[in-house]
Amino acid sequence: MPRHKTIRIGCGAGFQGDRIDPAVILAAQGRLDWLVLECLAERTVAAAQLRRLADPDQGYDPLLRARMTALLPLLKRGRCRLISNLGAANPIGAGRKVVEIAAELGLPLKVAVVTGDDVLDRLDPDTPALETGQPVREFGPPISANAYLGVDAILPAIATGADVIITGRVSDPSLFLAPMIHAFGWPLDEPTLLARGTVIGHLLECAGQLTGGYFADPGLKDVRDLAHLGFPFCDVGADGNGTLGKVPGTGGMITLRTVKEQLLYEVTDPTAYITPDVVADFSTVDLIDLGEDRIRVENADGLSRTGTLKVSVGYRAGFIGEGEISYAGPNARARAELAGAVLYERLHHDLPDLRIDLIGVDAIHGSDFGHRSDPWEVRLRAAASGGTRELAERVGLELEALYTNGPAGGGGARKFITERIGIVSTLMPRDAVRSGVVRLSTDRALAAPAAQGTEGPAMPGAVQ
Amino acid sequence: MTGRPAKVMPPALRPGTRLLHELAHCRAGDKGDTSILSLFAYRADDFPLLVERVTAEAVATHLEHIVHGEVHRHVLPKLCALQFTCEHALGSGVTTSLALDTHGKALSFALLALPIEPLENR
Repeated sequence: MPRHKTIRIGCGAGFQGDRIDPAVILAAQGRLDWLVLECLAERTVAAAQLRRLADPDQGYDPLLRARMTALLPLLKRGRCRLISNLGAANPIGAGRKVVEIAAELGLPLKVAVVTGDDVLDRLDPDTPALETGQPVREFGPPISANAYLGVDAILPAIATGADVIITGRVSDPSLFLAPMIHAFGWPLDEPTLLARGTVIGHLLECAGQLTGGYFADPGLKDVRDLAHLGFPFCDVGADGNGTLGKVPGTGGMITLRTVKEQLLYEVTDPTAYITPDVVADFSTVDLIDLGEDRIRVENADGLSRTGTLKVSVGYRAGFIGEGEISYAGPNARARAELAGAVLYERLHHDLPDLRIDLIGVDAIHGSDFGHRSDPWEVRLRAAASGGTRELAERVGLELEALYTNGPAGGGGARKFITERIGIVSTLMPRDAVRSGVVRLSTDRALAAPAAQGTEGPAMPGAVQ
Repeated sequence: MTGRPAKVMPPALRPGTRLLHELAHCRAGDKGDTSILSLFAYRADDFPLLVERVTAEAVATHLEHIVHGEVHRHVLPKLCALQFTCEHALGSGVTTSLALDTHGKALSFALLALPIEPLENR
């Protein structure tokens, strides 16, 4: 029997660096049961792994302190629970930090950490990459391998009753689906219900991209008060259908158009959206406009989950060197093109993948599609990869040298060097991945401020 | 700029030709080296025109200097939407691409630059 009629789940972050104030509004005024913060992209985990290698206490989301300081008091007051993947490459470290922040704020708090997504020790280097079929070892030295965990890993953490659930790599929609399953007692072998919850999770997971963010095209698609975009929530029923909404008075809008754009966002096959929990069919979804920023989402369908989990493998891929310089005024484009030709001549033997773009002309689309123009300002950009930092740095050095050695009137030169982390995907059998839960709390810290939070080692599949 | 073929525009277009941007809206997403372009008719009445004109082949030709693999199309009548998956479109993928727009986020508006000729007998 369902234990709840509906539950309200809000999304307070759609990417690692997302705004915090819309999440504060959701937590304070949204009357949420759950607030989800989705903060991990494919590359974020690998980058976090590099930070953890440099400092074992790091590797979780750099905005963790700012987000938790703003949200924890509101969540406790509103009896709203939080679930987030901001554990990144160090979920236990993140959980400890959340407990530490709660103790500083004088808030009693229970945290449950989902472990087991880090599978680097089990990665078979000969396993083929999904992208190319080549063995993953051929791409470069692996620095991270994280399996996308599903609801079966998150549910035991929710069952502990923790106020805050911290994960590393899990499938984004699973962050939303797990609280639904917990509330309604859905069986894990009911693909229709799981698919419906997954569609709602997929719609919410990019936060502002559902409420009018990444949508406006002035004159054709206007969005009101975009500067104060509100983040979305969904009232989900026991049948898995739900109604999307946002806090009244916030900017943005939820319309059939904004919801459709997000429904298909990053979906390679709308009839078979594969997550660790289900294979969802988005093509059957009905969207009904209820007005006033409310859209009803019904009738997603689905098939049972697959036998494998997707694993993201991060590897070191050398360095990228970049440089930019601007030309403006009469003959700007010709001067920029001459500068590009000079760079090409001086660099392409040592940096064979050198790429030269004219920003303002064809840097983004690679063509002007016949709309030839001579812009007043052109910014020349050069980029190349190098196996070493020194090699990649040559791009910026040569670009800067255009000041005194290149065409007339160049200005605003900038150079950048970035360590490059590549990501490839592979599959791993489910039984090779063992998740666990670690429980932490402020009990000791609040009783005796010097003490650490309680914890134990992660046991496969076990709640401690 | 360097090493790219000049884009050749199609021959003279029939009267009544409109830019796709007037008829539809689009959002781009990425998975690895695949660009995913979601196209939605503003008006349900225009959806048959999009189905007819914005074929996988038309998109592959329009974006041939960007998309180096196959283009697949899903038709989603309930949403008046067409979903295109464009393989080998992101310079080896978001994490290793040398492009300024590593995600191909702005490719939505490259698709919307496609000229759409009217259907026959209209």
